[in-house]
Amino acid sequence: MAHDKSGHRHEHHHAHADGHEPTNDGSELTEMDLRVRALESLLVEKGYVDPKALDVLIETYETKVGPHNGARVVAKAWADAHYRQWLLEDATAAIASLGYTGRQGEHMVALENAPRVHNLVVCTLCSCYPWQVLGLPPVWYKAAPYRARAVIDPRGVLADFGVSLPHDVEIRVWDSTAEIRYLVLPERPPGTDGWTEEQLSTLVTRDSMIGTGVPQAPPPTPKERR
Amino acid sequence: MNGVHDMGGLQNFGPILPEQHEPTFHHQWERRAFGLTLAMAGAGMWNIDQARAARESLPPAQYLASSYYRIWLDALSKLMLERGLVTSEELADGRLREPPARTRGVLTAERVALALARGNSTQRALAGSARYAVGDAVRTRVVHPQSHTRLPRYCRGKYGTVAKLHGAHVFADANAHGNGEEAQWLYTVRFAASELWGPDTTAAAIHVDCWEPYLEAMT
Repeated sequence: MAHDKSGHRHEHHHAHADGHEPTNDGSELTEMDLRVRALESLLVEKGYVDPKALDVLIETYETKVGPHNGARVVAKAWADAHYRQWLLEDATAAIASLGYTGRQGEHMVALENAPRVHNLVVCTLCSCYPWQVLGLPPVWYKAAPYRARAVIDPRGVLADFGVSLPHDVEIRVWDSTAEIRYLVLPERPPGTDGWTEEQLSTLVTRDSMIGTGVPQAPPPTPKERR
Repeated sequence: MNGVHDMGGLQNFGPILPEQHEPTFHHQWERRAFGLTLAMAGAGMWNIDQARAARESLPPAQYLASSYYRIWLDALSKLMLERGLVTSEELADGRLREPPARTRGVLTAERVALALARGNSTQRALAGSARYAVGDAVRTRVVHPQSHTRLPRYCRGKYGTVAKLHGAHVFADANAHGNGEEAQWLYTVRFAASELWGPDTTAAAIHVDCWEPYLEAMT
């Protein structure tokens, strides 16, 4: 945790990291940059906000919590039949057993894909998403085109992601209207017999756990893997 | 509220544009806006349902034209103004004019990890038993409250089947008023896609989480 980092040092670091940020002399500060800086300084001065808490919150979701957590859950379910059963029966407990608990993942349900069943998760009303296993949602998940179309035309949605499923696959959509959060358990790719959980987790994409994608195929070196 | 946030089934928004290797935040101000929103939630002056209600009751054109974290910021400003935590003059230029109001706490850096790991369970004990069981046929009510609800317009007055019972949970519609949680039994209800959209759908089924007051029994 970056308890010792000041807000300015944190800012400066990212200014160079992603190229979107204002220069050191502030000459490129946008209206939103100025507005948020002013708001933060006001709320700190009022004593409502600890600026170091902001650093920790931001760092947590930029560096610690992300789809690699969910990938570990999925890989374990692929490799371990007992864990898979537990995940499908009580996802909250099964996921917590790997150390993933808390905010925006308090009540989890895992959705099992099958040869003729594909699950897709959306929040049509806002942006509900299982933070503790997938991190913060991507922009498209929170934006109108996805929220509008997922519940009526999921095949059209999948086409935008370059995914085409056979016509005999039934698409089940889950709208996250309450505090239940959903994680799709995609099908284990063929050609991965004998793979370790760690190897399997490299095939699990974020989108395959939302339902807008499928896992990656294994590279064509099966003999070395076995 | 029948607002523009209730987007399920709307058309003509154009294609979904996934970004390869998308960063967690796109601008420095988004990082701080995210942090400020979570930190101010830690002040305990509003609950998550009040925060959602504040976001979705922004003027419709503003909501549709705003980026996600801008909506968060505008709603945060609104919540703080309503509770007297800041004044509009202070929000305009960030200069302190009034002494701070009392809050219920400050989320300090040391407490962040624990607060995130603990989360906020919405499950509550509730006397009695749930009215419906898995497999029961139900119909969603036809309601159009002007206040916050989590029953989307596309599935009001529709026939479905109870797929799962999740126990009793804080009832968002009540909690958004700030007058108590009024926990209710929560179900996942499965709707055949044709029940919602007729022939104009490529889905097989849509599942929506519904508190018991959203439902009536089919006999």
